[in-house]
Amino acid sequence: MQTRTTGSGTVSPRESCRSSWLAVPALVWMALFFLVPLGLVFAISFASRGTYGGIVWEFTTANYLDLLHPLYGKILGHSLWYATLTTACCFVLGFPLAYVIARSPARWQPALLLLVMLPFWTNFLVRTYAWMILLRHDGLINNALVSLGLVTDRLELLYTPTAVVIGLVYGYLPFMVLPLYVAVERLDPALVEAAWDLYASRWAVFSRVVVPLTMPGIVGGCVLVFIPSIGSFITPDLLGGARSMMIGNLIQHEYLVARDWPLGSAVSFVLMAVVMAAVALHYRQADRSAGPVDER
Amino acid sequence: MTRKAVGLRAVSLLALLFLYGPILVLVAYSFNAAHLSMAWHGTTLKWYVALIHDEALLAATANSVVIAVVSTIGATVLGGLLAFGMEGMSRSRQQLLEGSLVLPLMIPEVMMGVALMLFFLLLNMPLGLTTVILGHIVFNIPLVTIMIRTRLRKLDPALREAAADLGADAWDTFRYVTFPLLRPAVWGAVLVAFTVSLDDFLVTFFTAGPGATTLPLKVYSMIKSGVTPEINALSALLVAVSMACVALSLHLQRREV
Repeated sequence: MQTRTTGSGTVSPRESCRSSWLAVPALVWMALFFLVPLGLVFAISFASRGTYGGIVWEFTTANYLDLLHPLYGKILGHSLWYATLTTACCFVLGFPLAYVIARSPARWQPALLLLVMLPFWTNFLVRTYAWMILLRHDGLINNALVSLGLVTDRLELLYTPTAVVIGLVYGYLPFMVLPLYVAVERLDPALVEAAWDLYASRWAVFSRVVVPLTMPGIVGGCVLVFIPSIGSFITPDLLGGARSMMIGNLIQHEYLVARDWPLGSAVSFVLMAVVMAAVALHYRQADRSAGPVDER
Repeated sequence: MTRKAVGLRAVSLLALLFLYGPILVLVAYSFNAAHLSMAWHGTTLKWYVALIHDEALLAATANSVVIAVVSTIGATVLGGLLAFGMEGMSRSRQQLLEGSLVLPLMIPEVMMGVALMLFFLLLNMPLGLTTVILGHIVFNIPLVTIMIRTRLRKLDPALREAAADLGADAWDTFRYVTFPLLRPAVWGAVLVAFTVSLDDFLVTFFTAGPGATTLPLKVYSMIKSGVTPEINALSALLVAVSMACVALSLHLQRREV
C-alpha cells in the first residue's frame, strides 16, 4: 500500500519509492494496536455475554436493542445534554475572550493565547480535583456564600450535574478559544465598522456580520469542545453523582464492574457514532466555507 | 464600539479568572497546615515532606517516568519515520493518511482504553508496564507525526536540492541538512509526547495491571479514597512539572526561527 511511487514535488520517483517505506513501521503499529482493537470492539458488540462475563461468539443484535432500555436512554440523553450545555457555555465565555485577544496589539497575542492554553497543559485529574476543593460542602465557594450572607444553608454543589458541566467547561474552554481566535483574527475590522456606520444595532452587528463571517471558527470550536465532552469519563466520575453518569462512565461500568463486554462494546460504538457525526459536521462546514481553514 | 469592548473585556477577564482561579487555590492550599478543614492554619511544607516518604508514590513516579521515556522514544522514532515516509507519497495518499491520523486523537479515550484492554486480554497478554507503553505509543505517534510534518513542509526544498547537487547522498542530506533543521520540531514533539504520556489517565487506567500503577492512577485513587492534604501538594507539584515542560518547549520553538 505504501510502496507505490508517485513522485511528488522535488523528490525523484526512485527516492520517493525508497522513502515511503519509512512509513511502514508506524502504519503497522497503528493497524495492530489501534484498528485491530477497534475492530475487535465492533465484533464483540454483536456477540453474547457468557454466564460469568467473557464472550460467547454468537451473532446477536441484542446488545444494541438493550440500549433502548429507558435506563440507558436516560444516560445517553444526559450525556448529550451536558455536552451541548458545555459547548454553549464555552461559546459564551470563549467568544469574548477570542475576540479581545484577536483585536489586541499583535505583539501581545501570542502571550495571551499562551495564557489560555497553559491550564490545558496541566494534568486533567488535577484540574478536576481543584474544582472538588472549591465545590465541596465545606469548600471555598460555600464558605464565601455563607460569610457574605447570600445563603444560610450550605449548597450541595459537588456531585451534581452543575458540577459536571462546570468541570467540562473548565476542561475544554481552550479548545473553543483557539479556532474562534483564528476566525476573528481573519475577520476584517472594516466590515464591523461599516455595520456600525450603517446604524446596525449591537445584536445585528453580532448576529448578521460577526457570526456569519466567523462561522468556520464557531463550528470548529463547538465540535472540538463537544467531542471530548460527550466522551468524558474523569469529570462525571469525580464531580458527578450517581445520577449524572455519562456514556464514558457507563462504558467503564459495563467493562470493569458489570463485566458485560458485549454491552460495553455496543455503548462504545454508539458513542463513536455520535463523535463521528460531530466530526462530519465539522468537515462539511469546512468544505462549504470553501477556504483554507487550517493553514497552520 | 467602546462600550461593547468594555463588556467583552469584562467577560474575558472573568474567563481568565475562571481558568486560573482553581489552580491558584489548589497551589495555595498545598501550603495550608490544617489537616482536614479548609480554614487557614498557617503555612507549612509538611505535605511536601510527606510525599517524599510515601514509597508507593515514589514507585508510581518511577513507573510513570519509565512509561513516558520508553513510549516517547518509540513514538518519536515511529512517528518521525512516518512523517518522512509520507513525503514520498502522492498528494491524495498523504491527505488520506493525515485524515486517518486525526482519528486516534478524536476518538473518546475511554474507547481507546477498553479496545486496547480487550485486545491484550484476548491475546492473553498480562496487563502491566509493557501493555501501557504499547498503548501510549499509539496515541503519541499521531502527535509526533503531525508536529514533525508541519515543520518538514515549511523547509525550503532548495536546501535539500543544494545538498544533492553538492554530491550528498540521501543519508548525508538527512544527517547534515534536514535533521539539523528539524531538530527543534523533533525536540518539541518529544516534549509533547512525554507530557501527554506522563499525564495520561484513561488508556493507562484500562491497560495497567496491578503492578503498573502510574502517578495519575495514584492521584486518582488518592482522590477517590478520601481527600488528604498530600494530594494538594502532589497536584501542585504536577502543575509545576507541566508548566516547566511548556516553558522548555516554548524556549525550543523560539530558537526555531
